[in-house]
Amino acid sequence: MTRQMTGAKMVVQALKDQGVDTVFGYPGGAVLPIYDEIFQQNDIRHILVRHEQGAVHAAEGYARSTGKVGVALVTSGPGATNAVTGLTDALLDSIPIVVLTGQVPTFMIGSDAFQEADTVGITRPCTKHNWLAKDTDTLAETLHQAFHVAQSGRPGPVLVDIPKDVQFANGTYTAPEKSDTTIYQPETKGDITAINELVEAMEKAERPVFYTGGGVINSGPKASALLRELVEATGIPITSTLMGLGAYPASGENWLGMLGMHGLYEANMAMHDCDLMINIGARFDDRITGLISAFSPNSIKAHIDIDPSSINKVIKADIPIVGDVESVLTDILKVWKARGRTVNRDAIANWQSQISDWRKVECLKYVQEGKIIKPQYALSRLEALTKEHDRYITTEVGQHQMWAAQYLGFEDPNRWMTSGGLGTMGYGFPASIGAQVAHPDSLVINVAGEASWLMNMQEMGTAIQFRLPVKQFILNNERLGMVRQWQELLHGERYSHSWSEALPDFVKLAEAFGAKGIICSDPDDLDDAIMEMITYDGPVIFDCLVEKHENCFPMIPSGKPHNEMLLGEASTQGVIQAGGAVMV
Amino acid sequence: MAALKIKKGSTSHSAYNLRPNFSDEVETHTLAVLVDNEPGVLARVIGLFAGRGYNIESLTVAEVDHTGHLSRITVVTTGTPQVIEQIKAQLGRIVPVHAVHDLTVEGASVERELALFKVSGTGDKRVEALRLADIFRANAVDSTLESFVFELTGTPGKIDAFADLMRPLGLVEVARTGVAALSRGSE
Ligand SMILES: Cc1ncc(C[n+]2csc(CCOP(=O)(O)OP(=O)(O)O)c2C)c(N)n1
Ligand SMILES: [Mg+2]
Repeated sequence: MTRQMTGAKMVVQALKDQGVDTVFGYPGGAVLPIYDEIFQQNDIRHILVRHEQGAVHAAEGYARSTGKVGVALVTSGPGATNAVTGLTDALLDSIPIVVLTGQVPTFMIGSDAFQEADTVGITRPCTKHNWLAKDTDTLAETLHQAFHVAQSGRPGPVLVDIPKDVQFANGTYTAPEKSDTTIYQPETKGDITAINELVEAMEKAERPVFYTGGGVINSGPKASALLRELVEATGIPITSTLMGLGAYPASGENWLGMLGMHGLYEANMAMHDCDLMINIGARFDDRITGLISAFSPNSIKAHIDIDPSSINKVIKADIPIVGDVESVLTDILKVWKARGRTVNRDAIANWQSQISDWRKVECLKYVQEGKIIKPQYALSRLEALTKEHDRYITTEVGQHQMWAAQYLGFEDPNRWMTSGGLGTMGYGFPASIGAQVAHPDSLVINVAGEASWLMNMQEMGTAIQFRLPVKQFILNNERLGMVRQWQELLHGERYSHSWSEALPDFVKLAEAFGAKGIICSDPDDLDDAIMEMITYDGPVIFDCLVEKHENCFPMIPSGKPHNEMLLGEASTQGVIQAGGAVMV
Repeated sequence: MAALKIKKGSTSHSAYNLRPNFSDEVETHTLAVLVDNEPGVLARVIGLFAGRGYNIESLTVAEVDHTGHLSRITVVTTGTPQVIEQIKAQLGRIVPVHAVHDLTVEGASVERELALFKVSGTGDKRVEALRLADIFRANAVDSTLESFVFELTGTPGKIDAFADLMRPLGLVEVARTGVAALSRGSE
């Protein structure tokens, strides 16, 4: 059956056929035909954001919290350029999103027309793939291919740029099942010889560790379930990157906590001293490895990744396995069970007791005394009072983000949304909106810094308009805290422009938008205030005034190996030497 | 990607050929990249090299299969073995890339480049230029009383050598196509 329709109608039809229920967007001249179609239907809900960056981050929050593809719709020129940060963010964190941009009509492309930008040119390096749809007859197939590419293999952002005349013209609609997706078919099954080799290494290892990442989450809930089964059955300790939190439960017996620059002492020490490192869906990011030449010097490294370019990019893999985490873990379990479920029990027991000794360092210990709230205390209380809830957490970027990763526990995948690879201040608030749209009855909290939060605060309008009861939990230190910390450690305490001057009164700001504002500065009031935030049926801005000069520890200074972590304020002066100083 | 046994869509079935070689020695490799001939595909490939800081020594591109809309991009690049492997894996990730062949490691291959040389001069120099062109089997494709344009096909090394010889004899301009390469044998 062939169906004739306009390009604009095709866009809406393709979204429906792809199972899309929500689009985050902002209209403009070059997408008016599509907005006209959106107006005339009720299957797809359009969430009007207040800035296109917000639309893309909201789509990311939606995608990350559901496992589905997030969709954003923006106009040409400034609409498209405003989407660039979100696209780059999604590329670095492998988040599947489809961004649709309007474009000037084909016959005006190249003429510097009003609101013309070379969108495919600008977004080529920050998308997994992009298309300029020049012909209405092939538009539907392109849209279906876009969804296919976004979610197949290593997920990522894609963009389809649709000129206005293509939206107006009539053409033939192609259904998803008639569209050619052979253009992109990544292999998902891991090489069985390498898997056997890994299982053999697991059987012999004396000090093994699982190092897991966002790839486990991207692979789907089944992958997390298999990971849990493998960890429980083998007793091998497990750590995770920032992006992978929740794949293995924080309450799990073998959980070491997050690793990396601000990771836990026991996790980083285990990485440094292990004899077998099993990387599952992580990419040896520089926040994880520290000084490469001193990274886990005595271990055999297995690396499971769906993207061959991740393997041997940074760290040489002794046992490389290219494949989807779910498929590879299925095979590992199968082989390991068939070979008799062997592990080196005695050695692993010793390893675990070594790890318990490291745990005794209590690297996250802090002292809450006096009348000033420590940020760590605020997060511990937030954790205690919300962990039983059906909860989704997003964050902004900075110290608060690292503290959230350290002090909040994640029991399930898809519950934690943070900007890891790009480190985008302004991500958390719109991402919380996306997560709340997807989970209207859940408790969605954005753990924010005051400076990051201001970067996309306009989205308060969106939260109010769509009755999204997102909780903005701002750890207000009146500082660009993470910047200040680096200036303290690296630049002789010269605090160049790392203050948050002229901050708004957040309570009044909330009220100005019609939301609830709560301010809390006394540790004794904190529990009640958090309860008030949770029970309020609507968006809340929570201004939590915290200690202004708290530093985030543990910290592996740039250019240092894992076993040279800083644990506290003592002797932090001059710790980052010239070699590390050039690194970010 | 045949070299890595990586199928289109960029993942390998066998990870064995991903075993690393982390030597520091810089090597020169000739890569043949088969791509859909669609707008922007060359920009994707070049953008990858520029964005990730890889070298391009030579680049040629043309449609090789009219009905299948396939183009062949031949890139000569340099890097350590690890960088070369990264380049191939990164190329393999590009959606319209069908295959990446590393002609330098996939058995013997032939490489040819075409160049045009404008040489101007009179008297002995002119005679000598013509004599050397004959030795190199370069054709004179244009001549005036004071100049020749020679056409020469050969390996990049042969073209370099001819250019060196022509320089003192009045070389005015050179145009080179960049390398085209194919593996030897029946496949
Ligand atoms: C868009 C953007 N600009 C600049 C930075 C650099 N940066 C990283 S953390 C930070 C300070 C964040 O301050 P705040 O949100 O108050 O968080 P805090 O560290 O105080 O918890 C800055 C400026 C960034 N990550 N993103
Ligand atoms: Mg701050």
